[in-house]
Amino acid sequence: MFEISRLTGWLHELLSSFMPGWLTTTVECVLIGAVILVLYALLALFYIYFERRVCAFFQCRLGPNRVGPLGLLQSFADMFKILIKEIISLKNIDRFLFALAPYLVIIASVMAFAVLPWGNGLQIIDFNIGIFFLIAVSSIGVLGILLAGWSSNNKFTLIGAIRSGAQMISYELSIGLSVLTMVALAGTMSVTGIVEAQTDLWFIFKGHIPAIIAFIIYMIAGTAETNRGPFDLPEAESELTAGYHTEYSGLHFGYFYLAEYLNLFIVSGVAALLFFGGWAPLHIPGWEGFNGVMDWIPSWLWFIGKAIFLSFVIIWFKWTFPRLRIDNLLALEWKYLLPINLFNLVLMVVVIIYGLHF
Amino acid sequence: MEELQNRIASQFPQATFEAGEYLLVNIDDAHWHALAAYLRDNERFDYLISIVGQDWNDAFGCVYYLTNTFTRVILSVKVTTTDRENPMLHSVSDLWAVAGIYEREVYDFYGIIFINNPDMRRIFLRADWNGHPLRKDYDASPEANPVPTENEETDDTTVAYVENEKGEIVKEERVVFAPEEFVVNIGPQHPATHGVLRLRTSLDGEFIKKIDLYLGYVHRGIEKLCEGLAYPQMLHFADRLDYLSAHQNRHCFCLCIEKALGLEVPRRAQVIRVIMDELMRISSHMLFAGTFCMDLGATTMLFYTLREREKILNIFERTCGARMTYHYNVIGGVAQDLHPDFVKDVKAFLPEMRKSLKEYHTLFTGNVITEQRMIGVGPLSREDAISYGISGPSGRASGWANDIRKTHPYSIYSELDFEQVVRTDGDSFGRWMVRMDEVLESIKIIEQLIDNIPEGEICAPTPKVMKLPAGHWFQQVEASRGAIGFYIESDGGTTPVRVKINSPCFPLAGIVDHLTRGAKIADLITIGGSLDYVVPDIDR
Repeated sequence: MFEISRLTGWLHELLSSFMPGWLTTTVECVLIGAVILVLYALLALFYIYFERRVCAFFQCRLGPNRVGPLGLLQSFADMFKILIKEIISLKNIDRFLFALAPYLVIIASVMAFAVLPWGNGLQIIDFNIGIFFLIAVSSIGVLGILLAGWSSNNKFTLIGAIRSGAQMISYELSIGLSVLTMVALAGTMSVTGIVEAQTDLWFIFKGHIPAIIAFIIYMIAGTAETNRGPFDLPEAESELTAGYHTEYSGLHFGYFYLAEYLNLFIVSGVAALLFFGGWAPLHIPGWEGFNGVMDWIPSWLWFIGKAIFLSFVIIWFKWTFPRLRIDNLLALEWKYLLPINLFNLVLMVVVIIYGLHF
Repeated sequence: MEELQNRIASQFPQATFEAGEYLLVNIDDAHWHALAAYLRDNERFDYLISIVGQDWNDAFGCVYYLTNTFTRVILSVKVTTTDRENPMLHSVSDLWAVAGIYEREVYDFYGIIFINNPDMRRIFLRADWNGHPLRKDYDASPEANPVPTENEETDDTTVAYVENEKGEIVKEERVVFAPEEFVVNIGPQHPATHGVLRLRTSLDGEFIKKIDLYLGYVHRGIEKLCEGLAYPQMLHFADRLDYLSAHQNRHCFCLCIEKALGLEVPRRAQVIRVIMDELMRISSHMLFAGTFCMDLGATTMLFYTLREREKILNIFERTCGARMTYHYNVIGGVAQDLHPDFVKDVKAFLPEMRKSLKEYHTLFTGNVITEQRMIGVGPLSREDAISYGISGPSGRASGWANDIRKTHPYSIYSELDFEQVVRTDGDSFGRWMVRMDEVLESIKIIEQLIDNIPEGEICAPTPKVMKLPAGHWFQQVEASRGAIGFYIESDGGTTPVRVKINSPCFPLAGIVDHLTRGAKIADLITIGGSLDYVVPDIDR
């Protein structure tokens, strides 16, 4: 089976054969940075196309189908359109913060993106507190949103930003707690460690009841964290026109847009990592033949497939449910999800201590 | 009716009476407020249908149409003033809440100042407009009102003319928004206002403190235009009021003129008109359902409801030749005969509609989030609904049985078997459910008629030059959003002296402030969506 680690190893040897060590590291960092950014952009473009197609089918429409085969080039065309659009400069705004905000959002998202386990040995940042690092960097995004809303000097963006702040800080609790529940089961915070603990059986099966509860809560909180419907209050179109990014145009708007779609991928990627084994194939203890067949599917395909399937579920939410109201949203988190989550954490600990998991 | 006249005469010996289609009471301004209070409190005339401002050259005045919602008797009262320089009448906005905005409209167009009305600003025209356009001596030359190049200044104050104890009229300045308030401008261009309507909203965090309504961005002056047109020409405006009740509006206009002419409409035309009205109602409620759900964030529902609406529009297109402004009803009947496939198309459509309704309830009504967003949001009591003049489905959701098809049946509605949908919730959920259930009733009406369209003429013969006898007429019809009323006054010529359109959406917009006090921003969208006003109907 082809593994990308062979390619990267060969490249490392090639570079270090004619370069000093420090230069090799620098060149490799630049290369990896370029690869991440290209992958990031491509994936975001795919997601834009994917969501438009999926929601079109939900709504008895066809969606984009004219540009390129099956409309596949539609989002590339949109990207070039947004690249050549003017960035409109506004009066009476805080220029520095206004320009900084989209970069903060996109940096947070790229850094979280780098932690994901793409395949067997195919991971960019991997250290012993990987999942903790991921939660930490993804929280930077909310700063960008708050700054965007504040610096635009517009009442709608301000309301959108304040809503966003309240929402994200609340739902981060749920995300953190459900991640903690799964970390307790894995016994490690390292992303590789979490995946390797699931090579025999995925956590959603291994941890049974508490894992399923944690998964449901994670999906709800993750949808809220990405500001997607039914939790899209910060940019509730019918109330706040476009929420915190109302005043942005051109590429700056494009950054928010990209980050939003990539966050969808990151949230589903983390769900795949914590509950569905990351890149680990579906293994059922005792079914050796079945496991062998599953091993044949490349690990990166497993990861991307799981992530896209979970994103599909989140997209499904968005195009089915109406939007929540801010007080319902906060009540849901503080009155229901948080107590359930705390209880669930205790339940998981009990399950682990008494060895009640599979 | 005579007893009522005697009772009023015994209380108010100054009053004079004119018999007509409805009893007309003439009273002077000094006794008007006392008479109004007497009518409301003792005779239970609790619903003010309309205030028709008018300029009779020798006098200014208003004709008030009142209804008793229990006995359903309609009474009109005429109050006049001869002062052309500074005309003043007493306000009745303390008795009927809807009078507040109706009087502002009269002030805007005739310059009649209403004493004790708390808010005497213009409502449709710009604050810096010169003159009052519906006066007969109005200067319409472009020099008087050149095309403005500056934006309209938004003023945070208003004026009121208050009568003090000594009987003097004092002009008072009142504050709408204090300088420190956080006022968000929702509209005129905003996704949730469904047209160009501006709501200046004072917020305290997510909570709404007050809403100030600005109208008139698409005002076309239809009432003024009608004064210069022959009766068949005027009809075309009816399709452009509430374009989602185009058939009903035009039906109403035709009924009013037919009533004045004493025309007998052929049976076939009446049946066709009723079928068209009900199809129009379904299509309107479908658009309501779609846009309302979209406002709440459930975009998918929009496409599901528009799919059914498209089928109705296809049916209309085959018969009327248009999908939007149909121009189908004409004086004496309808413009052209039904398309040969009409009956077949409608029969194919009705079962699909029933099926889709079930689908909507599965997808949307039963949803937890939907119920949280709608139940208990924007509660409206029956008394308030009547006082604020909220007719149509929104009023029926508050327990007020106000369907004109039942209370004052017109055309062939008295022969049909259908229920008036009334709910007692009074909240946004009630307003949603009333409309959904009304679609079922409309289907029932069409099913009764579609197999029994009689053969015969589609239009009664009408004179080439149409002249209405001198007099005035008022006709109401149940449009998709409530009772639309047309008032026509004629002096016997080919053009009317005064046409007044009493639109159902105007009071709906007027109650937004009352319903949203203390609610959240998201509730404003729910309430506005559930009231379902159409802006061109407000801005006639």
